Amino acid sequence: MTETTRRDLLKGAAGAVVLAPGLTLIAAKAQARAPGSAASAANRFGLLIDTGKCDSGCTACVDACKTEMGLTGHDRPATDVQYIRKVNVKDPATGAAHSVPVMCQHCAKPPCVDVCPTGASMKRADGIVLVDRHICIGCRYCMMACPYKARSFAHEDQTNQREANPRGKGCVEACTLCAHRIDAGAKPACVEACAATGKAAILFGDLADPNSELSRRVAAEASTRIRADLGTGPAVRYQGI
Amino acid sequence: MKRITFRELTPMTTGWLALMGALLVVAAIAGAAVLYMEHQGHWVTGMTNQVVWGTPHVFAIFLIVAASGALNVASIGSVFGREPYQPLGRLSGLLAIALLAGGLAVLVLDLGRPDRLIVAMTHFNFKSIFAWNVILYSGFFAIVGAYLWTMMDWKMKGYYKGAAVTAFVWRLVLTTGTGSIFGFLMARDAYNSAVMAPLFIAMSFAFGLAAFILVVMGAYAGSGRPVAPELVTRMGRLLGLFCAANLYFVAVQHLTALYMADRGAVEAFILADGGIYTLLFWGVQVALGGLVPMAILFSKNATRCTVRFAAILVMIGGFAQVYVILIGGQAFPLNLFPGMEVSSSFQDGVVGTYAPSLPEVLLGIGGFAVAGLITLVGATFLRILPDSLAAD
Repeated sequence: MTETTRRDLLKGAAGAVVLAPGLTLIAAKAQARAPGSAASAANRFGLLIDTGKCDSGCTACVDACKTEMGLTGHDRPATDVQYIRKVNVKDPATGAAHSVPVMCQHCAKPPCVDVCPTGASMKRADGIVLVDRHICIGCRYCMMACPYKARSFAHEDQTNQREANPRGKGCVEACTLCAHRIDAGAKPACVEACAATGKAAILFGDLADPNSELSRRVAAEASTRIRADLGTGPAVRYQGI
Repeated sequence: MKRITFRELTPMTTGWLALMGALLVVAAIAGAAVLYMEHQGHWVTGMTNQVVWGTPHVFAIFLIVAASGALNVASIGSVFGREPYQPLGRLSGLLAIALLAGGLAVLVLDLGRPDRLIVAMTHFNFKSIFAWNVILYSGFFAIVGAYLWTMMDWKMKGYYKGAAVTAFVWRLVLTTGTGSIFGFLMARDAYNSAVMAPLFIAMSFAFGLAAFILVVMGAYAGSGRPVAPELVTRMGRLLGLFCAANLYFVAVQHLTALYMADRGAVEAFILADGGIYTLLFWGVQVALGGLVPMAILFSKNATRCTVRFAAILVMIGGFAQVYVILIGGQAFPLNLFPGMEVSSSFQDGVVGTYAPSLPEVLLGIGGFAVAGLITLVGATFLRILPDSLAAD
């Protein structure tokens, strides 16, 4: 029933523009992927994170991620799953400090995908890097290979699971860029949560669309990528570090 | 050359039953450890999201590396035509298969989803060195099995040389693949070096021959068959050479890294201020497992007893070497922000803490038990061991 409604909305999106009420909502839904259609290489979803706007004490993005993805901690920091974390970075020479949200960087050339023996680590056509947990054997070679320490291993049985993020003991997992939300035409949970604080330090968009705000910003302003020297081509860009 | 008579080990003797029983018990305990870890999940082990491969992998890699090295004795006899080694070719092949099976058993049973082994056998990402290794390991069993067949069946003699050369080349490729598991990793400063492949080959020569010497001496002492002291000291001198080759590649590994400015920190960690890893590197790997055995093995007064002692030291040093490479390399933090001080709730910027848990150790020892069981059963039911290794 829900799918039919969405499809109907998509079909009627052009006509919906003339309706003043609900115009914003319907325009956003028009970007959603139709059920059953494949991700497109015409998209390259990514993030721009302005660390100048990111408070070290704020964990809104981290908390939203945990809620959205159903991540439950066990008070075991060494083995608890984290899809996004705040890394405190300080330049010892100058004392300049930043708080940097770090998640899967959704690399153009992801080392985790290269090393995965079964192909469970994979990159969608739109650049989102995911783990197919039907064929992940839990070898953890991707965790050895990821330069960003972005992946976690499910060290125990999972409870409180979300429909959009099925998890299983013995498999590797990581940030999905909230692919389920993107497919439905919404933004990742961390982006929305950050915006809700009024900081709006994380900008989501399509790097392949030259008219997106993300593309315009990275074209006009200086930004960098973590360990750009490794040549992995992350889709997450940073300002202020 | 005198005629060699091969004879099976006599089963059901007191010694045979005791050994078989002990190996079965150790394997069963390892099985129980696996059930416990898989039921609870890996949080009950010492492994974490930073040190993702732990003690089971140290055992597994040691056994896999030793497996290819154990085949060297057969290769020296058949590929390089050294007659004194030819009677030992069958045991060399059997031990190679047994050690590889033991190592792979540990590796597979530590997977997060060991029940999905069939997935690993049916889904291949050919860009992954891991996937290549699945093929290399499976091929090793087939090729060494065929090589054993050509050694044991006179009707297959025509294929003997071809099988020997194929097995020798395959084992070099296989160990290159094992070393490349680390060599191809750019994420971690301790790895990402082409020298990992030849280093692992040198390691395999040393660990494999040390294991082989110990098995030969144990089997012959246990079954009351004679072994010429000259054969043991000859193998001992070869082991000394392999220790030297291993130390040479270790020196190349670290000197190359020391020359790169961005590797200075990880080298300082391993070589100078890494605590247990530094101690294991200098004390156990280099001194106890390299320099001391070389002094013993190249001594004019080397005896069977001292060679056995040196082989044990090489095994202990080799285990420490794999531990330092594997655990030490992971404990050193990833360098996301070069030149910066970092901290987080995800152990960024700090040395990973890792302590082996009992179930991990029991699983690893179980790998040795599996290798022992295969060797014992093989030598009991097949004509693997020469009746005598006494001098002419």
